[in-house]
Amino acid sequence: MTHSNNGGASVATRPPSTNAEGVVEEVEVRGHIVDSLLLPKILDRILMLGGSFEILDCKIGSRRVDPSYARIAVHASDEAGLAEILGDLIEHGASPVHTVDARVVAADIAGAFPEDFYSTTNEQTQLRWNGHWIDVHDQEMDCGITVDPVSGHARCIPMTHVRLGMPIVIGYAGVRVLPTERPRETSLFGFMGSSVSSEKPKAVSLRGVAEAIRSTVASGKKVLLVGGPAIVHTGSAEHAARLIREGWIQTLFAGNALATHDIEQAFYGTSLGVSLDLGESTEHGHEHHLRTINRIRRLGGIARAVESGALKSGIMFEAVRKGIDVVLAGSIRDDGPLPEVITDTLVAQDRMRKAIQDVDFALMIATTLHSIATGNLLPARVKVVCVDINPATVTKLSDRGTFQTVGLVTDVEPFLRALAEELGNRT
Amino acid sequence: MVANAANGNAPSLPRILMCPPEYFGIEYEINPWMHVEVGSDPALARAQWNALHEALLGLGVAIDLIDPVQGQPDLVFTANAGLVYRDIFIVSHFRHAVRQGETPHFKSWAESKGFDVIEPPGDGNFEGAGDALFCGEALFAGYRLRSDARCLHWIGDRLGVSVLPLELVDPRFYHLDTCFCPLDQDSAIYYPGAFDDYGRAVLRERIPRLVEVNPEEAASFSCNAVVVGRTVLLNKGAPKLAASLTELGFRTIPLGFTEFIKSGGSAKCLTLRVDGEEAAGWKSGPRTSK
Repeated sequence: MTHSNNGGASVATRPPSTNAEGVVEEVEVRGHIVDSLLLPKILDRILMLGGSFEILDCKIGSRRVDPSYARIAVHASDEAGLAEILGDLIEHGASPVHTVDARVVAADIAGAFPEDFYSTTNEQTQLRWNGHWIDVHDQEMDCGITVDPVSGHARCIPMTHVRLGMPIVIGYAGVRVLPTERPRETSLFGFMGSSVSSEKPKAVSLRGVAEAIRSTVASGKKVLLVGGPAIVHTGSAEHAARLIREGWIQTLFAGNALATHDIEQAFYGTSLGVSLDLGESTEHGHEHHLRTINRIRRLGGIARAVESGALKSGIMFEAVRKGIDVVLAGSIRDDGPLPEVITDTLVAQDRMRKAIQDVDFALMIATTLHSIATGNLLPARVKVVCVDINPATVTKLSDRGTFQTVGLVTDVEPFLRALAEELGNRT
Repeated sequence: MVANAANGNAPSLPRILMCPPEYFGIEYEINPWMHVEVGSDPALARAQWNALHEALLGLGVAIDLIDPVQGQPDLVFTANAGLVYRDIFIVSHFRHAVRQGETPHFKSWAESKGFDVIEPPGDGNFEGAGDALFCGEALFAGYRLRSDARCLHWIGDRLGVSVLPLELVDPRFYHLDTCFCPLDQDSAIYYPGAFDDYGRAVLRERIPRLVEVNPEEAASFSCNAVVVGRTVLLNKGAPKLAASLTELGFRTIPLGFTEFIKSGGSAKCLTLRVDGEEAAGWKSGPRTSK
């Protein structure tokens, strides 16, 4: 699975001057548009009528008799303004690229798309419906698109959710993708791109992450932490707990392991039996994680353990106390698992889909599996920072389509310590 | 084999298509010149048409005649029949319904002369030599009021020629041949007020000798002229233009077209150059594939 490959659907990009509320339509014009000054005239007309444009493609004929070609994204603040501009451009020989609505067919079986279904990316997508462009909601890669014929509401839908008769978009006609614009500001996301390196200045990167978290929280959106057990093994649980306690994390995705070892630390001071103070194995330490799971199961779950006073510290303790949204997704090698762990992967995915609705920033730390699983669900507009000692984790995440990922190759403990300090100092 | 179309080899007799004005009259209004209540004088119209016919014959032009048709008063304006390019005839698709009945007649005529007749695509509008005039290698073409820019691009593709669409911005000059007339491959007359800045810039850039016609003389339809060799037949009442043409080495024959001007047409509108206009580069250049 891939992503950012837009298949056959057309791609429009937003010029920086256009706000996200505007409307856009692509036109093309072919002919002796350079010699006849029609191309500059068309561009001038767009501006004169209050729109803006971006030339998406332009091929200039090499000989005088060769026609030239231009494909232009025309932007306007509203539908009426766009209609006026398009009406004018048609007079000058331009024609809309998309003249047909998206095609839908009824799903012929449940749990699968019709053949030729439109396969989504994580980029913002629109459908032409009754002659107008409508947004596709719940943007997610590797899904299909269903449209309610009555309300005209379109959304991404995983194949397992397809019901018999559900209208599913097929083919590329009438579907377009509006790629996320690369930030131009000199922020972390501006200058780092998605390249992975252990050579980047950590202090600068760290301030960038802190700034992104701070602005996300300030705008009322959510910060998601996706964490692996190495957070606990490396002795970073207290830093992560502090981030939750101080209100920097609103959503937590993890597996059985992170929660288990975090609670093991709270109960025994060990993680996988290793003393986090001494760094040495403790006697019968290998039993600690299983005894931890057993105790939590006996208490009726993590929340109950906090309520009863049995669990008094750590990431899970802070998460319960703060009431943040936690999704623990299980895997086949889990011990126990803890009662809160969702063992049906499809149910877990759905819980995660709900939980990411208002997430604007995702911090993925030391987990390949959960990072990729989350990356698959996130729309491309969500900023993602992946922190791992292993560059391959970050690469895998990007290669699987979460191309917006910024990778920081570093040891988890100093990173989380410094991040908690940076955010804590400036609250 | 095309009997009458230009073959690009030895110079042939100039050949022009005309339609006798039997049924000419102002029966509808589709341009600012036409006023049904004013009407035209049939006898005078016939006399003016005859004078043009005689003058052309006198210049050694072979005249083809198409039969007039009752109920098609504008069939007399044969310039709008279509566009001639070598042995290809792109037949007009008229914008206004009242003239659409002319197309089958012009099409039959072109077929009878051996032209490869092509129709513009779909519902595109194109009004023939009224809106498309070669000057040198380029086909200058008017759009917006009658012909569609997109249709003109299509013609460029179909013929493999460079088409330069020029927007016509003054409804009085609704066809390109009412405000622009190529004289030879490097010269043309034009009325600047009929074009916008882009169109004027294109004309100035592409045509080495461009003679401006003043607003008064343009309004008397003097741009709607017929060029045969080094002779220009045009409406009376354009002494300044006539003087400019003389300076360029052209002989002028002023004629009266008052009755046709009431319908928005003059000398050029009444003719279609069947062997290609004098200024068309392809007449003297090497033949290219169609």
